[in-house]
Amino acid sequence: MHTSRVAASSSIIQHKKYSTEPHFSKYGGRTTVTALSGDGVGPELLSYVQEIFRYAGVPVDFEELEINGSTTDEETLCSALLSVQRNGIALKGNIESKFDEPGFKSMNVELRTQLELFASIVWCKSIPGVYTRHQGLDIILIRENTEGEYSNLEYQIVPGCIENLKIITEAKSTKIAKYAFEFAKTHGRKKVTAIHKANIMKLGDGLFLESCRKVASQYPDIEFNDMIVDNASMQMVSKPQQFDVLVMPNLYGNILSNITAGLVGGYGVVSGMNIGDDYAVFEMGTRSSGRSLKGKNIANPTGMLLASCDMLDYIGCNKHAELIRDSVMKVMSVDKVQTPDLGGQATTLEVIQAIIEDIKPKTTSWSTTAAQNVSIDAFLFNFKVTIVNSTLESCMRRPIEMAKRWQTFKE
Amino acid sequence: MAFRRALKRLLQEIPNQGSRCYSTEARQMVTMIPGDGIGPEISQSVKDIFSAAGAPVDWEDVDVTPVKGPDGNFRLPPKIFDSMDRTKVGLKGPLATPIGKGHQSLNLALRKAFNLYANVRPCKSIEGYKTPYNDVDLVTIRENTEGEYSGIEHVIVDGVVQSIKKITEEASMRVAEYAFAYARDNNRDTVTAVHKANIMKMTDGLFLKCCRHVAEQNKDIKFKEMYLDTVCLNMVQDPTQFDVLVMPNLYGDILSDLCAGLIGGLGVTPSGNIGQDGAIFESVHGTAPDIAGEDKANPTALLLSAVMMLRYMGLSPYAQRIEMACFDVIREGRVLTGDLGGSSKCSEFTEEICRKVRESE
Repeated sequence: MHTSRVAASSSIIQHKKYSTEPHFSKYGGRTTVTALSGDGVGPELLSYVQEIFRYAGVPVDFEELEINGSTTDEETLCSALLSVQRNGIALKGNIESKFDEPGFKSMNVELRTQLELFASIVWCKSIPGVYTRHQGLDIILIRENTEGEYSNLEYQIVPGCIENLKIITEAKSTKIAKYAFEFAKTHGRKKVTAIHKANIMKLGDGLFLESCRKVASQYPDIEFNDMIVDNASMQMVSKPQQFDVLVMPNLYGNILSNITAGLVGGYGVVSGMNIGDDYAVFEMGTRSSGRSLKGKNIANPTGMLLASCDMLDYIGCNKHAELIRDSVMKVMSVDKVQTPDLGGQATTLEVIQAIIEDIKPKTTSWSTTAAQNVSIDAFLFNFKVTIVNSTLESCMRRPIEMAKRWQTFKE
Repeated sequence: MAFRRALKRLLQEIPNQGSRCYSTEARQMVTMIPGDGIGPEISQSVKDIFSAAGAPVDWEDVDVTPVKGPDGNFRLPPKIFDSMDRTKVGLKGPLATPIGKGHQSLNLALRKAFNLYANVRPCKSIEGYKTPYNDVDLVTIRENTEGEYSGIEHVIVDGVVQSIKKITEEASMRVAEYAFAYARDNNRDTVTAVHKANIMKMTDGLFLKCCRHVAEQNKDIKFKEMYLDTVCLNMVQDPTQFDVLVMPNLYGDILSDLCAGLIGGLGVTPSGNIGQDGAIFESVHGTAPDIAGEDKANPTALLLSAVMMLRYMGLSPYAQRIEMACFDVIREGRVLTGDLGGSSKCSEFTEEICRKVRESE
């Protein structure tokens, strides 16, 4: 029984999608979004997001999945993947990596590669009211998300000598370059800079650079240049205003995203999105789990809230996204209710409360009960569709969840 | 004389971190590679300042322009290896990168010949040279021989390339031991290992294991481990929380340049490559061909690298005086080169430092 369930799950994961459009689980006017709890402050921040969504009357339901660093079984990972594939979209807390344990496999990386989330976008913009050493920044960092140093291919040659393979392919490099240029074009950006270390890794990063150059030639309106990663790091801390859109392989993207996030305010104010052809996962831009902040009520919820607004934009709930984003930015920049990481004294709850108080007057025409009401027909339709579309494993689990939710509505 | 020879032999037999047994009495010979562009000017500045300080250092200038060998290939002139074999210490100016072989080959050849396994860059905020970051005082120690820079790459099929990152226990242990010894010798209290073992579990895991092992044997120094991305994030927000950082090759390359950016760029950052059989200290900025020969260059980077060299050679009092003189001149701000915000010439800047050095005697 167990083998067939796992086999069924893996066949679902490898199932090819015929639709080229991202799809969402939208029934009865409400979209279902997977919420992956993660570690550290992930679960509490996700619960705050749900709270604020409730006050803002956002037509989104969360399918909550507990997946964190203590999760060791394949089934939980399969469930998470299936859930995101079903719903098309997810909001995620970062999963801690217990790399000292034998058999460790990074679940963050697994999720990204299995769902083929080829692009990670972190948009770092200077925020008024947040003290930083550099002002006027507006940098978009687009990073290849599935290959490079994160290919997870390591082996021991002899005891005491280990090698790691960094894989660069023309296909993925071209894809991320094309995505970067399209993104730049859509958002009216003028310059794309490729970051590499092709003076040392002549073949690998050389291939990445060449792919970027080829794509650049198809966008004559957008200026293209390249920079070596160590020079880029140095320039980023001395003259960051020169950067516009950056496109880079996996590891350099990790480094530069974190540097740039630090320049605009730190882990708490930057959101990130992982985009694939079929799915999208939204999370905090620095992918930090905030282990040391857990339970202390001092974590900055802004990053996760901004990520949830990006998610709302992605699914088309632009009005709600704007509403929440405006409130979040007003509380941070104008009212200056800031957590300690930004130099303030407020607790997480105080920030959330301030945001809710700002949202309430804007939504007086929407009552919370109206937002939560689901017609019985819509529920039954949802139930039937779920039974038809799900695997055996999902069939076992989902009706129980739906029943639980029905129970909540009845109360 | 015989007693001195015996003493020297005795000192050499005492196991320590590399060959650091230089008597403070006798004059030492140092290989000087002036370099290209502004290299000769700033090398001369360093020599002038050393003689003003009375440092017991003699210079052996070596030109490293590649020469054509009997097989028709260009290679480094053998005199550089002969010189370094004798002196064991080198000071290198900026080298231009000719098209094809050259700069990288020189670095690679020297590194291989003298087993230069650790690159050390102390980054300290310079009073008088304002950057958005104050009170930076950290040291990056980077493994210099393997890791992502092993240069092993293959084309698997058309459009798919693999680059190999190699980590060995031997090299990781060596650099970790050096990091802790450096921390102890320079009164630093924390060593932080920078890694990405959550992604590269085996390779960075091995590096981390070696660091942990050495930390166990050096309990007087605090040891921390931190992910590379967390270090980058925290570095740009509060660099004062870091002390000594030790890491594999690529992360070290990026982080050391990042830290150089915090204090004002490569023009004021010293750098040293330490090996078992010798050490080479260098300035890591470019050759600045546009100002070469115009007496506009800033010798600070090479001078601070030379100061590091003096400390390595056991000539700390001279190092202290020259370093203080250099920082005093920059702090006073009266005589500064163009890149430091002044309008003085290189020779004037050098003369001011020489004057300060003589005054401090």
